[in-house]
Amino acid sequence: MVENVMHVHGELWTVKELFVLPNEYVYWSIQIVMYPFMTGLVAGAFVLSSLYHVFGVKQLKEIARFSLVFSFALLPVAMMPLLMHLQQPFRGIHVMMTPHFTSAISAFGIVFMAYAFIVASELWFEYRKHFVLTTQALAAQPQRSGFDTLRMHFFKVLTLGAMDISHEAVQKDHNAVKKLASLGIPVACFLHGYAGFIFGSVKANALWMTPLMPVIFICSAVVSGIALCILCYVVTMEIRKFMAKRKISRWSKDPNAPSVEELQSAEQLEIKIVSNYLLYFMIAAITLEILDLIFRGYTQVKSWDILREVIMERDFNKIFIMQYAFGNALPFLLMVLPNRTVRRTTIATVLVMFGVFMMRWNVVIGGQAFSLSFSGFMHYHLPIIPHDWETFREGLGGALLVMATPFVIFYFLNKIFPAFMKEEEAH
Amino acid sequence: MKRRDFMKNTIVAIAGASVPLSALEFIDPREVLAANPEIHWAFLINTYSCVGCGFCVKACKTENDIPFEANASRTWVERYVYTKDDRRYIDSPKSAQYGFTDARIDLGEHLGYQDVDPNNVGKAFFVPKLCNHCATPSCTQVCPVGATYKTDSGPVLVDRSWCIGCGYCIMACPFGARFFHPVLKVVDKCTFCYHRITKGVETACVNACPFGARKMCNIKDINDPVTQIILNERVGVLKDEFGTKPQAFYIGLASEVR
Repeated sequence: MVENVMHVHGELWTVKELFVLPNEYVYWSIQIVMYPFMTGLVAGAFVLSSLYHVFGVKQLKEIARFSLVFSFALLPVAMMPLLMHLQQPFRGIHVMMTPHFTSAISAFGIVFMAYAFIVASELWFEYRKHFVLTTQALAAQPQRSGFDTLRMHFFKVLTLGAMDISHEAVQKDHNAVKKLASLGIPVACFLHGYAGFIFGSVKANALWMTPLMPVIFICSAVVSGIALCILCYVVTMEIRKFMAKRKISRWSKDPNAPSVEELQSAEQLEIKIVSNYLLYFMIAAITLEILDLIFRGYTQVKSWDILREVIMERDFNKIFIMQYAFGNALPFLLMVLPNRTVRRTTIATVLVMFGVFMMRWNVVIGGQAFSLSFSGFMHYHLPIIPHDWETFREGLGGALLVMATPFVIFYFLNKIFPAFMKEEEAH
Repeated sequence: MKRRDFMKNTIVAIAGASVPLSALEFIDPREVLAANPEIHWAFLINTYSCVGCGFCVKACKTENDIPFEANASRTWVERYVYTKDDRRYIDSPKSAQYGFTDARIDLGEHLGYQDVDPNNVGKAFFVPKLCNHCATPSCTQVCPVGATYKTDSGPVLVDRSWCIGCGYCIMACPFGARFFHPVLKVVDKCTFCYHRITKGVETACVNACPFGARKMCNIKDINDPVTQIILNERVGVLKDEFGTKPQAFYIGLASEVR
């Protein structure tokens, strides 16, 4: 009690205006914006990979495998923002150990683990043949380096002793992948839909409380997930084309390696199909969001006065300019105008992801922009330059860390589960 | 065995087993007591008596180790000022821990202070607030680890050794009663001074109020004079639309108080 400056959690980035209750602050800040954004990407990437595995959209073969690996890379990152936001991060495990089932968050551990197991086993079935072939190839080498021996043992462990790669065995793998992918779709939707439920069920918050929230979240999740997969796919293909042209990678020196033209045409075909799916889900997401807004404006319940001021005046730029105009309308136009090119689609996906991020921001931060007293407002100032641990993890630094992590994980996962492999190894 | 017989036997077995099994429910003494408790704490606030001295806030912070420097409090007092030309002002500077020593209205960092002409004031009053210790609280419902819970005698408490600090309960509370303790980094809230009332001593705020604006009672004891007021007078609760059944009752509650 000797300290003169003592900040309550949330006080550092909250500016109050008019009458706000003394204990009210923007408690759920940037990391809680990141949480639905990242889980959305996980769910969306998985749904995209399932389009090939379950519905047999053959053209999506390559991007499907890529999105499955990427979905797995994103998985640990869905949990990261939650842990970074906890005031007692070391107690985070309590959610798994003593779940209190009346809480919407308590299911997180179970749903998350179930989903993780599904994705992991699907990956295993998908790549078992690759593991076996790699082990055999390494074992056949007469002189192995120490690193290769290590790799051989590592891949041998990954096969879990299932070395049979006869046609029937691989066919069984294939069936297992299909079953797991179909099981994965509802679980992925549940994982994300219930992130929406976490917000939608907070009855104290006038902006969040709507049964549409889980559905809105699922649709925008699929939108952002597909957009991210397109973007990453294009970037990776550009790198591959670059490598194929200059023959600077091990695979590109292979006589059977795809030529630049082959890569180009494969890329164009995949992007064309996937961006159509992106459009369908975008239409669904925007329809629901606008429906929610119109319904609130039409019914005009008690909270509408303050919500109207937040939506139409204070957050107008964030909602209507940044989210709807730049994040929805513009990419929509870019994709529906005739002669769609890969480049235009890529620009559109960046805008789409920005739009979905702004939607999360406007829900999470916008929901805390007004007081429970309906008589005052709170402004959120994102800490940009951190001056202690708290302003780092709940600031720009923490958000960027969360955004960068899946790419680092993907880099390493790609060594084990090559997202792009030759046809004869894949199925 | 035929299918019909199998179904029959199953129904008989379930019906037969349910009677002795349900007895296990009946004989749990804790559940019996929880269903029919002898004590259920309730709070009564008379807004006509409150003068906004802030002694209750000061007493609460001292009693419960909430730093005075912290801009959060387990209890606070709000001031409502309505001018004759129908302008409405509300404030609660520093949770009113030093009372209302300034006639100007605190509008927050951006807008500063607002002068109000005393001759233009239509009506003005103070409203003390604290956790309502709701009968069906939304905060305990949403805690993912069960660290906050409702006791058999009414008060809603937080287990400081188990709270993970996710802030979901803070979001779920319609009354803004919860905050993060600036030192302990766990959720903190009014406990109805559980450590005092369980020893037969009144809460710090009730004890500190010089005007009797705050009172506490056992709502199960119909002979208690405060219970009599709640039962016989016209009292209201805050935000009943959320269905949490608040247990802090107000005399003279204005509709503008939210």
